[in-house]
Amino acid sequence: MSEAYGHPNYVKIWFLLVVLLLISVAGPMLEIPVLTLITAFGIAVLKAFLVAANFMHLKFEKRIISFLLILALCLLGVFFFGVAPDIMMTDGDQWIDCIADKSCVEQRL
Amino acid sequence: MSMHGPIATHRSASGVPTGRLATWWLLASEIFIFGGLVACFLLFKLGGTPGFEDASLTSVTAGAVNTFVLLTSSLSIVLAHAAIEKGDQKKSFTYIWYTIGAGLVFLGIKTYEYTGKILDGHTITENIFWSFYYTMTGLHALHVIGGMVIMALISFDIRKGYNYQRVELIGIYWHFVDLVWIFLFPILYIANF
Repeated sequence: MSEAYGHPNYVKIWFLLVVLLLISVAGPMLEIPVLTLITAFGIAVLKAFLVAANFMHLKFEKRIISFLLILALCLLGVFFFGVAPDIMMTDGDQWIDCIADKSCVEQRL
Repeated sequence: MSMHGPIATHRSASGVPTGRLATWWLLASEIFIFGGLVACFLLFKLGGTPGFEDASLTSVTAGAVNTFVLLTSSLSIVLAHAAIEKGDQKKSFTYIWYTIGAGLVFLGIKTYEYTGKILDGHTITENIFWSFYYTMTGLHALHVIGGMVIMALISFDIRKGYNYQRVELIGIYWHFVDLVWIFLFPILYIANF
């Protein structure tokens, strides 16, 4: 066996996750767009943190693992901002909107 | 810490046993696979590409039930890990199979959703939203299937009394699959912004 961790109260954490799920589902029913974004994505981040820290034992894990994950997320950020101009900017002579103009996809196949 | 058994259980140049370190490296690479898709989804959506309004056609109920199922399966696999640390093979075996059962329920609901959408004409080529929807949820479902198969193999190992450390490793993987769904649920089902 690998070295053992302390075990938090998993049922309590699961219960908290279910409550957060219910809030994220109820949020859009109020039909306030900003609140929907907060309840949807804010709660997703909170749930992800709870799962990673407790179920994946990240809070007991050596720091090198947290650094590895932070590095991966930073590189994902580089990807995001690197790709953003290609997807969001529509200026330029060579730019063709293949989503609006399906014939361009057919030409490339 | 025992020095017997597979090298993955006791070699730890970084302070983390090799098997667990390898699992985390795998998950770091998975961050790019799913993160890349989510990043492109958000960029196309924020860029005003037509088609994303179809997010209102997905079933929030089905997505929420599936989230509940995966959260519960995360609980059962972590309880399997806690049980095997105490040397309780039988309890761990049972919890692993609860997790596999939850995976089957998840896939059943997903199949039901896919069938309904395809019969309504919403196929992967309809528009960019459905392309992302089927690619992201399909890739996620493949990860669920892969996890279930590995869990089944591990469950028979631990019943025979070896490779206990693998329960923790498949558990970490399974929680990651749960994490991915935690982010897919709002972007595909509830946040029709």
